[in-house]
Amino acid sequence: MPEMKDQSTEKIEIQRLVKDIKKLLPKPLKIMEVCGTHTMSIFRHGIRSLLPSEIQLVSGPGCPVCVTDQGDLDKMIGLAQNKDVVITTFGDLIRVPGSEGSLALARAEGAQVEIVYSPVDALGLAQKLPDKQVVFLGVGFETTAPTVAATILQAQALNLHNFSVFSCHKVMPPALEALFDHEDFAIDGLLCPGHVSSIIGAVAYEPLCKKFGIPCVIAGFEPIDILQGIFHLVLQISQSAPRVFNAYPRAVNRLGNPNALALMDKVFFKKNTEWRGLGTIKDSGLAIKKEFSRFDAEKRYDIETVCHQEPKGCICGEIIRARALPTDCPLFAKRCSPTTPVGPCMVSSEGTCSAYYRYGRDESK
Amino acid sequence: MCLAVPMEVLEIKGKLGNFLDPYRAVVEAGGTKTEVRLDIVDRPPNKGDYVIVHAGFAIHTLTKEEAQKSLELLDDMAQNA
Ligand code: SF4
Repeated sequence: MPEMKDQSTEKIEIQRLVKDIKKLLPKPLKIMEVCGTHTMSIFRHGIRSLLPSEIQLVSGPGCPVCVTDQGDLDKMIGLAQNKDVVITTFGDLIRVPGSEGSLALARAEGAQVEIVYSPVDALGLAQKLPDKQVVFLGVGFETTAPTVAATILQAQALNLHNFSVFSCHKVMPPALEALFDHEDFAIDGLLCPGHVSSIIGAVAYEPLCKKFGIPCVIAGFEPIDILQGIFHLVLQISQSAPRVFNAYPRAVNRLGNPNALALMDKVFFKKNTEWRGLGTIKDSGLAIKKEFSRFDAEKRYDIETVCHQEPKGCICGEIIRARALPTDCPLFAKRCSPTTPVGPCMVSSEGTCSAYYRYGRDESK
Repeated sequence: MCLAVPMEVLEIKGKLGNFLDPYRAVVEAGGTKTEVRLDIVDRPPNKGDYVIVHAGFAIHTLTKEEAQKSLELLDDMAQNA
């Protein structure tokens, strides 16, 4: 481990940033943190309590499980009913309620659902279970999609016949654009995600910044990173000079990660896709290219879909669009809690409802 | 889903593009050793570099100095918690 820095230097830095933010603040501001990991960090470290009350932080569409469409969830649950299929997925997804049941419930009723940490673990399972069909549920943004692309290329090299991916991957910039396209969407600045940006680069936000005149600042995940990000947003707003600023240069550069982008391009193509709360967004989903269709679960299985229904009374869709707060939901902390989640925003550890429930009930403002 | 903790590269194995012997690294953070894939990393790391890991894949290589900044911030958080 590198030697430790004097703890007080950090505290002084934080105090200085908070002071500067207060000094520069031109008017009450609404800032959206796009990424679910930012949401969690903001709550966990009590960032709101450090900021002037005129700065409102709202969460954006950056929790992959939360924005997964109900119809896609139903397809995943439908796939799990297939006796030959072993579903592999990141953990958060399994408790999300579909129109009927969830993957967890399907598992309790005998379906084979395995939680994996990495798509390559799913591939490893397929090698171990040659008599089963292993399907990986691909949910995530530009950080996850390249890992799945590499896994599909490996499955091809290994000539595996029993591995496929149900791809619900999404890309972030079109969703942000869709948010701003709504005329009643009033956000003064975007705190852009750290690791998605490490793949797509700062350059990915330039069209958005130009088209809507919206300040975009990329930030890391530690409290001081987030405060620095907010400071740069406030600075830009006070100067009326919106631009894309990278406040996380140790992990993000302007052009992103060319290797990851090339792999993504090799395996996936962009298609219109459904987002919870946001509807269909043009070119925002990643589907598997034709030459890899034998690894495409959607092509391999005739997936039945029930007529899909969002959980009754749940307003996750509104929350994802920053039109409501979890505390506006009548079910919040009553019928809906992390142990009995009604909607995805309460299930996922990155979901806004779950963050409010665990950390924020008395400091939400 | 995003872990911000950079992990130190202890050893490099395999070869890029060879999926029978995948390009990967043995990494360590907080006393835990694990193997991560290097297929999509932005810059091939050397021993002693650090990587940011997502879903079992290194996505970004940091020099020791860059990583130090992240680790210091994390240490401070642990102490202030
Ligand atoms: S509190 Fe529960 S029911 Fe209400 S919006 Fe959040 S997840 Fe949906």
